[in-house]
Amino acid sequence: MKAAVLVFPGSNCDRDLAVAFRAAGFEVDMVWHKDTDLPAATDVVGIPGGFSYGDYLRCGAIAAGSPIMGAVRAHADKGGYVLGICNGFQVLCETRLLPGVLMRNAGLKFVCRAQDLAVATTDSAFTGGYRDGATITVPIAHHDGNYQIDPDGLAGLQAEDRIAFTYTGNPNGSVADIAGVLSENRRVLGMMPHPERAIDPEQGGADGRVLFDALAGALVAA
Amino acid sequence: MKAVVTVMLKDGVLDPQGEAVKSALGAMGFDGVEAVRQGKVIELDLAPGTTEDQVTEMCEKLLANTVIESYAVEIRA
Repeated sequence: MKAAVLVFPGSNCDRDLAVAFRAAGFEVDMVWHKDTDLPAATDVVGIPGGFSYGDYLRCGAIAAGSPIMGAVRAHADKGGYVLGICNGFQVLCETRLLPGVLMRNAGLKFVCRAQDLAVATTDSAFTGGYRDGATITVPIAHHDGNYQIDPDGLAGLQAEDRIAFTYTGNPNGSVADIAGVLSENRRVLGMMPHPERAIDPEQGGADGRVLFDALAGALVAA
Repeated sequence: MKAVVTVMLKDGVLDPQGEAVKSALGAMGFDGVEAVRQGKVIELDLAPGTTEDQVTEMCEKLLANTVIESYAVEIRA
């Protein structure tokens, strides 16, 4: 099982994400943004949190056009798994691998705290390890996490059961309390909360560990 | 030749930064403002032969996120 963690100038959760993948049994390659290919036999691409390219222009916009993203798009197009966390979620929206946009938090403040989430669907390799409707606690830390999508797009996400997580107590103004969404084939997940920061009780909770373990389990079963 | 690209949030998209600027103006005593929308201006110095169509493509692909933003291109000699 191989995970590739992308590294952009300004990424700062890349090593945490690598630790989380390794803890679940993945072999991890760090992949520089100027590379044009993913390592052979990559099962999952992790797009980490941080401030890629200093959040210039729009969060994730410059990263979305970087050389490595062509390979990530090809990986996703052939059914590969992609996990984008925080800035990684913003990158996935900017590349249009996921619908919608992440805008400035409605309260205009950077929010950084442990956040309760509801698991909105267990029908994905990422969320299959949770109990349906379970409440989990995962850290959030973002300034631009206010997920917005037009009414038709939202209806589509709901009809196709593609909302992965919702906030319990909305921290940023996201429409329908959305904290994470899945692609049409359910193999690309973008989420603002940081499951890689909750993989060990020493970190204050291990609810995020379930996500990585479930993904590993799905790959072993496949 | 220069292209000046103005990027604004589309009408109907909530602009919390614009709201904050409006509220700050009000707090400073400028009470004659009914709404504030904040956007950005991007100036491009164009190489000879670059067309307005190419600038439009740049807007579509990078300079604006057309899900929420509109853009206007002005070409200046």
